Amino acid sequence: MLMQMETDRNIFKSYINTKTEAAPLAAFRFFFGALMFISLLRFWLMGWIEKLYLEPDFHFSYIGFEWVKPLGNFTYLLFIICMVSAILVSLGYKYRMAIIVFFLSFTYIELMDKTTYLNHYYFISVLSFLMIWLPANTYFALDAKKNEQLRFQFIPRWSVDSIKLLLGIVYFYAGLAKLNPDWLFKAMPLKIWLPASYGLPLIGDLLQKEWVHYAFSWGGAIYDLSIPFLLLFKRTRTWAFAAVIIFHVLTRILFPIGMFPYIMIMSTLIFFEAGLHKRILRSLLRLGGSDPDYFENGKRMNIEFNVLQKLKMSVVILFFTIQLLVPFRYLLYPGKLFWTEEGYRFSWRVMLMEKAGYANFKIVDGESGKRFYVRNDDFLTSFQEKQMSTQADFILEYAHYLRDHFESQGHQNIEIYVESFVALNGEKSKAFIDPNLDLCQLEPSLKHKSWILPFHENH
Amino acid sequence: MYRYLLIITMFLLASCSTEQEGSSTETKKDNFDRSVMLQDWADGIIIPGYEVYLEKLDALRQSFETFSDNRNTETLRHLRTAWESAYIQWQHVAMFEIGKAEEIQLRGYTNTYPCNVAELLESIQANVNLELPSTRDAQGFPALDYLINGLAVSDELIMAEMHANPVYIEHMGRLISRLQSLASLVYDDWTDSYRDIFVENVASSATGSVDKLVNDYVYYYEKHLRAGKIGIPAGVFSGTPEEQTVEAIYSNKLSKTLAIEALSAFQNFFNGKPVSDGYEGVSLAAYLDYLNTIKTGADLSALINAQFDNARNALHELNDNFVEQIETDNIEMLEAYDQLQLNVVLLKVDMMQALNVRVDYVDADGD
Repeated sequence: MLMQMETDRNIFKSYINTKTEAAPLAAFRFFFGALMFISLLRFWLMGWIEKLYLEPDFHFSYIGFEWVKPLGNFTYLLFIICMVSAILVSLGYKYRMAIIVFFLSFTYIELMDKTTYLNHYYFISVLSFLMIWLPANTYFALDAKKNEQLRFQFIPRWSVDSIKLLLGIVYFYAGLAKLNPDWLFKAMPLKIWLPASYGLPLIGDLLQKEWVHYAFSWGGAIYDLSIPFLLLFKRTRTWAFAAVIIFHVLTRILFPIGMFPYIMIMSTLIFFEAGLHKRILRSLLRLGGSDPDYFENGKRMNIEFNVLQKLKMSVVILFFTIQLLVPFRYLLYPGKLFWTEEGYRFSWRVMLMEKAGYANFKIVDGESGKRFYVRNDDFLTSFQEKQMSTQADFILEYAHYLRDHFESQGHQNIEIYVESFVALNGEKSKAFIDPNLDLCQLEPSLKHKSWILPFHENH
Repeated sequence: MYRYLLIITMFLLASCSTEQEGSSTETKKDNFDRSVMLQDWADGIIIPGYEVYLEKLDALRQSFETFSDNRNTETLRHLRTAWESAYIQWQHVAMFEIGKAEEIQLRGYTNTYPCNVAELLESIQANVNLELPSTRDAQGFPALDYLINGLAVSDELIMAEMHANPVYIEHMGRLISRLQSLASLVYDDWTDSYRDIFVENVASSATGSVDKLVNDYVYYYEKHLRAGKIGIPAGVFSGTPEEQTVEAIYSNKLSKTLAIEALSAFQNFFNGKPVSDGYEGVSLAAYLDYLNTIKTGADLSALINAQFDNARNALHELNDNFVEQIETDNIEMLEAYDQLQLNVVLLKVDMMQALNVRVDYVDADGD
């Protein structure tokens, strides 16, 4: 028993001490920073800072982060800070500081309004947090160029593996989430989404066919579940990468998915052996008129197992433990996950459902019984209204905002009721929230929301 | 080799995304052909709708000329009938706020009610430029309503007012010309160029014709039909009835007719008729039925039509004059509202989901 533990310890220690080429992580860092800069610039040029963060009077917050709000015109400054840090990350200049600033500013942006929540954005936050702890600036980085002490051709293997592990989790969990009856046996929501792309050349007609919907559903699930493993092994890697490209290009054509496909295609390059990354980086160095072998110093980055190092390792291990567990928190809630969305976010549940809703709020004077309905577009943008009308936590937060608003207008004894209907994955719309419950009496929390009406299947 | 793979990828990505934007109108066999639906909408409903509307406005113009030449109660009554019939036809095109109509805000300048009478009287004296956005609530059908019906309690007394203030008659002429020029702008644009642009834009993105028009259509139902004609006057959004906001308030009998006409026009567009004898045209209902053959869900088009019928029945129950209805029994008015409301859910949630048309929103990224 004790001996077994001792060998486990040794295996762990020798793994921790294993070194690998620094080029893959350096290339990853370089492209990641560049893509982040492009993504943020695109976001700005699309006018989304204005539309999503500055125009709305009200923003939906995550529990515990109510204090994170857009900063008026300083929001632009926040984006500039985030973009500058992305460039610095890409260049590997003052890397540790840059990646911390990037993580904080990017995450702040995402926390400002949960209306805009996307798994992709969460992925960026999580990935940049992990990168804080990785030696990504020892190779092909200004830091390493300036300071020979920081220049290493070989770094601990776990630092490259941790990126692979995170990518593996994202894919595999996304695949697990697809193993549900709607996806597998009804081909929902692809059956709703795919026919709308009827205008595409070559495949437009095919997308009308039911077998194609099933093929996409099953193909997508198999892809997500297997791709991390296929990328790990040398024999299957090239084919797996071709699959990555086909898969993400298809999603880019079929869905309004922004920069994410490019980010994923770039990210999966880390699975390749160092030779590829070296070739890319060397040609970049040559382009820049530098010595392509500049960082090939043969030096290995050795790690002393001091307190700081142990603390760092603990953070990374804790981080992965949380990543592995959080997607399963939905098991703590009763009811149909897609309907209640309790424990839905932060779990790599991507493109799993088509939901549309309608929420009509009734303001009642509890004493006189006088009542009127709210025009949601007086308070919310259409994007906010769309998100609000299908998610219970949004509905409650908005109801409380309405209460505060009408109280400040001099209304008293306010009770707020909502008549809401939600259509999920092509089922006919059904009543969503208990219409007889005064939403002012409820407090936002992570506890189960018993005021969500149960979901009854039609067929 | 990997580098070539990368280059090929980038090329693929670039070419695919551009191809999508310039989608063509090739004929499709097994596919629901949205371009036929767009053609039927444009040629069968929208353009003929404006055509008839312009004819009605011409008739209104003529009645006005006659009235202007012979100012008496009889010519006034003819003028009133022509105004009613143009107002009724307006209900058939009010929902198409797209293209030129959207650009010039046809609906806002044609039928913003209640009319701001103080401003109207002021603008009559000052001969204000009716193109100013601030004059929107002092022109169009509601302003004519006031001048034709609201100056006094009887036709004799109205004529007395007219004789005392001939400038009222001059201004009526200006209001009618304004209605005509707005409608002509939209009609001419449809017939000159917009028809082809509209029909060819079959893209399934937020900027495609189907997405845009369906969004406008449902928005009209929610804001102008349900809320404007019934909900706001019945006090749904304020808690107290606001009978002063009834459409055609001075006419005493037109409000119900207009509401029912609007609902029927709205339902006709949904079912795509009538294009020509025997040909119903491809419609939203047909599209929903086609999509239902793929996903075998609830029979949405039947549900929506049944709910239109329920709402119309509820409207028929009401007093011809909604002001009287609200003052005597607002509950019945609210019940009619509830019937209209039920279809908001079916149209905005179920139909738009089935069509995969996104509710107009910031064109942000998805997951």
